[in-house]
Amino acid sequence: MTPAQDTAADGSASQDDSLSVEAIHLRIRRQDRPDSPAYWQDFRLPYEADHNVVSALLALRSNPVTTSGQRVEPVAWERNCMEEVCGSCAMLINGVPRPACSALVDQLEQPIVLAPLPKFPVVRDLVVDRSRIDTGFQHVKAWIDIDGAWDTHEGAPRISPRQWSDNYLYSRCMSCGCCMAACPQFGPHANFIGPAPLAQVRLMNSHPTGRYDKTERLHAIMGEGGLSDCGNAQNCVRVCPKAIPLTTAIGELGRETTLQALKDLFG
Amino acid sequence: MTGSGGAIVIGGGLGGLWATLTLANAGFPVQLFSLFEVRRSHSVCAQGGINAVLDTKGQHDSVRQHIIDTIKGGEYLANQPPIKSMCESAPGLIRTFDRMGVTFSRTAEGLLDQRLFGGVKNKRTCFAGASTGQQLLYGVDQQVRRLESLGQVTKHEWWEFLELLKDEAGNCRGILAMGLNSLEVRAFPAEVVVLATGGFGQIYAPNTTTSTNCTGAAASRCYRQGARFANAEFFQFHPTTMIGRDKTRLMSEAARGEGGRIWVPRTPDDRRAPKSIPEAERLYILEEMFPSYGNTVARDEASRAIWRVTRQMGLGLRGTDRVYLDLTHLDRSFVATRLGAILDIYRKFAGVDPLDEPMEIFPAAHYPMGGLWVDFERDANGGMVSESPRNHATSIPGLYACGECDYAYHGANRLGANSLLSASFSGRVAGASAACYLRGLGSDRPRLRQHDIDSLIARQESLNQHMMRSDGPESPFQIHRELGELMTAKVGVVRANPELEVALEELRELDARLDRIRLGDAKQWANQSLSFARQLRDMLQLAMVVTQSALARDECRGAHYKPEFKLAIPEGKFPGDPEFEDYRARWQANNARWLKTTIAEHRPDGPKIDFEPVDTSLYPPVNPRDYR
Ligand SMILES: Cc1cc2nc3c(=O)[nH]c(=O)nc-3n(C[C@H](O)[C@H](O)[C@H](O)COP(=O)(O)OP(=O)(O)OC[C@H]3O[C@@H](n4cnc5c(N)ncnc54)[C@H](O)[C@@H]3O)c2cc1C
Ligand code: SF4
Repeated sequence: MTPAQDTAADGSASQDDSLSVEAIHLRIRRQDRPDSPAYWQDFRLPYEADHNVVSALLALRSNPVTTSGQRVEPVAWERNCMEEVCGSCAMLINGVPRPACSALVDQLEQPIVLAPLPKFPVVRDLVVDRSRIDTGFQHVKAWIDIDGAWDTHEGAPRISPRQWSDNYLYSRCMSCGCCMAACPQFGPHANFIGPAPLAQVRLMNSHPTGRYDKTERLHAIMGEGGLSDCGNAQNCVRVCPKAIPLTTAIGELGRETTLQALKDLFG
Repeated sequence: MTGSGGAIVIGGGLGGLWATLTLANAGFPVQLFSLFEVRRSHSVCAQGGINAVLDTKGQHDSVRQHIIDTIKGGEYLANQPPIKSMCESAPGLIRTFDRMGVTFSRTAEGLLDQRLFGGVKNKRTCFAGASTGQQLLYGVDQQVRRLESLGQVTKHEWWEFLELLKDEAGNCRGILAMGLNSLEVRAFPAEVVVLATGGFGQIYAPNTTTSTNCTGAAASRCYRQGARFANAEFFQFHPTTMIGRDKTRLMSEAARGEGGRIWVPRTPDDRRAPKSIPEAERLYILEEMFPSYGNTVARDEASRAIWRVTRQMGLGLRGTDRVYLDLTHLDRSFVATRLGAILDIYRKFAGVDPLDEPMEIFPAAHYPMGGLWVDFERDANGGMVSESPRNHATSIPGLYACGECDYAYHGANRLGANSLLSASFSGRVAGASAACYLRGLGSDRPRLRQHDIDSLIARQESLNQHMMRSDGPESPFQIHRELGELMTAKVGVVRANPELEVALEELRELDARLDRIRLGDAKQWANQSLSFARQLRDMLQLAMVVTQSALARDECRGAHYKPEFKLAIPEGKFPGDPEFEDYRARWQANNARWLKTTIAEHRPDGPKIDFEPVDTSLYPPVNPRDYR
């Protein structure tokens, strides 16, 4: 099918925008395949006070008709838990990368403009391929090296409540990719690993046994595409839906890598 | 590694990832399948915690007590040897999670903290802030990623399991799966398959706390291919949830465990602001009905108590099904640290702060106790043999099941915080059993014939083409909505045979309507409607199994409640009293008739229901459950 030309390619309105309050106006960036051009479509839904973006998209898929009366394929997007903990439904909502399930329609300006999470390759419509986050986790060895998944009749060493609460902040990262999408240094144009995997280095290195591989993890972020590619724009920390102190982690890692570099130099 | 010889695990929640780790640790290559990146699995939703007896709270807690609580909580319907082994293994599992770096909450001394959860009297629940499931899943996810980097595990994320491959002898020899982007249907041969695809709360959608992945489609497909399905009628309704348009969100039981109180105004339709209603004019529902357990009574009792108060006494808030769950009397900073994430959920999705105003909640479909039937081998001490190819084997040789898609541990009702445990434990056991099975295989197995595989693929592909070209009057999304409404209204918290009969009839109609859909998407790429409509067929099949099983069981047990057959505890009477003893005798007679596992088997004209005895060798049912 040919892309519907409801709006201009940048998503700006090209038609009558006098919507009644009783409607939810969605403007959605669509793309049929990774290699096909993107296009925009507008939809109107009956207003309900308790809609969020996921529930609005769910309602829309039953009857996907654009404002110009064209019946189109239901919009593709990801979701699973709908409690902002699986990280699936992150997308660009009115220009901000955030999870769709916790974006309450009542708190959003209309038209609600939905686009796929930037920086990641589009699969279809609002679905993107975030495997680069995984690659980052692999690269920094974001795991504790245990002997095997059996009982050794001993737990990990004790962890103070204070250290626990520091670590817990980072362990809540749901790899939604919002921080990466907001980061000017991350994207198809660059090798920068991005904030989320860096924060995992901070987390793993502070675990009492995870610490044993600290040097290796630091080395992993000292090369190309590593920590020094961070431009300190601080966008990541502003968009993280879990309020993870990404810039604090990056600051701490900066000191750690400097020390490590000295150690490497002088043994 | 796509050749045979190895293992396939389907599902990357807690169950599937534990099975993967165990198989890989045993030296077998594993191919892991999931609908999406495994770390997004439904397991992340669990907030409250995971049970294990550590006895660190000065309460003389014991593994024996954990076993008894689990058995009694499930009203004796679960086989006891698997429960015994699970409870005994729980502390070791927690230690292993701890070594993986799971951020369990700590005591002042830096030890693992434990909290109180519903249905028990001791602090036995480990937790990680208020996101326990997420933290546990990440623990195993990280380990699987490590094994992936070592080449021991191959992930196939964005691939959907469609069908089992079987050889001439009926052994499971791999699977057919569909790439969710390419829509390619491909055969993946293997010598053993472990199914860990989660539960099926989506048959009640949106009146369910479960995630989109919980359709039960995968288990339903195995059922259609001959796997037995057990105890399908037992579906736990969580008493404290908030309804949304997309899903019903859970207020963790921890909110009750930490001191939350459930109440309604004593006067119907009292419209005053909750905080202005004096104590004396509030009905603290659970505290009045269950004085010794109060707000921490088991879930099914709590759901029905709320149902009674709202539906029978007409005391629901503003005439609805809702009641208050109140935390406002507790210390703010205590509540904020202990329940932070779940309070965030309420703030985020209802726009109100539960520290200021009581939350409004009601019961919704939460956890299926039923699932694929699995076997176990009993050891001399009454537990499960630690390495046996029989443990967690389904009725199809070479197919294992674990996690929420099996039926093994929770009987008629699951205790809070016991299913992260059962998912992890059963994943490990199923992985070990599958490894045993692989070791015991001879080299002279019949080969799968390429010709047969090709025709299976062709059949699946033509089904896809047929659906994509469909142009009928019905919408699959509308049919799903009607399914959820039907199941909630007629196969929900309270059941009656005439309604169940009607429900069966209506399910058949929905199934027939599914033949007349218009898919509305003919694209050969990342076609979500296609995958959804295919799963809907399997959900309808499963809903029929649930309904037919519910129809067959004429009693009240755990989550399955038919008031017509209720044996009520005589009020104010206790053991020793003749009236109580008379009740006990009727209760035992009822057990003789109904203390059996419900088994459903697929037949072309609908599920065939049978019953099978339960192994109650450890703790035979002499004492009825009594939460007064
Ligand atoms: C809101 C909520 C809170 C909970 N809180 C608690 C708690 O505090 N304590 C507790 O003990 N339990 C809790 N539970 C229950 C517990 O979380 C689950 O029972 C458990 O996590 C299930 O794990 P699983 O591995 O069986 O399945 P899931 O985590 O559901 O994983 C299923 C996997 O199967 C895959 N899959 C499904 N179908 C297919 C297919 N056709 N092809 C390929 N892959 C497929 C999915 O991609 C996914 O990876 C809670 C449940 C809910 C709903
Ligand atoms: S750090 Fe925050 S924004 Fe980035 S992936 Fe994790 S949760 Fe998402």
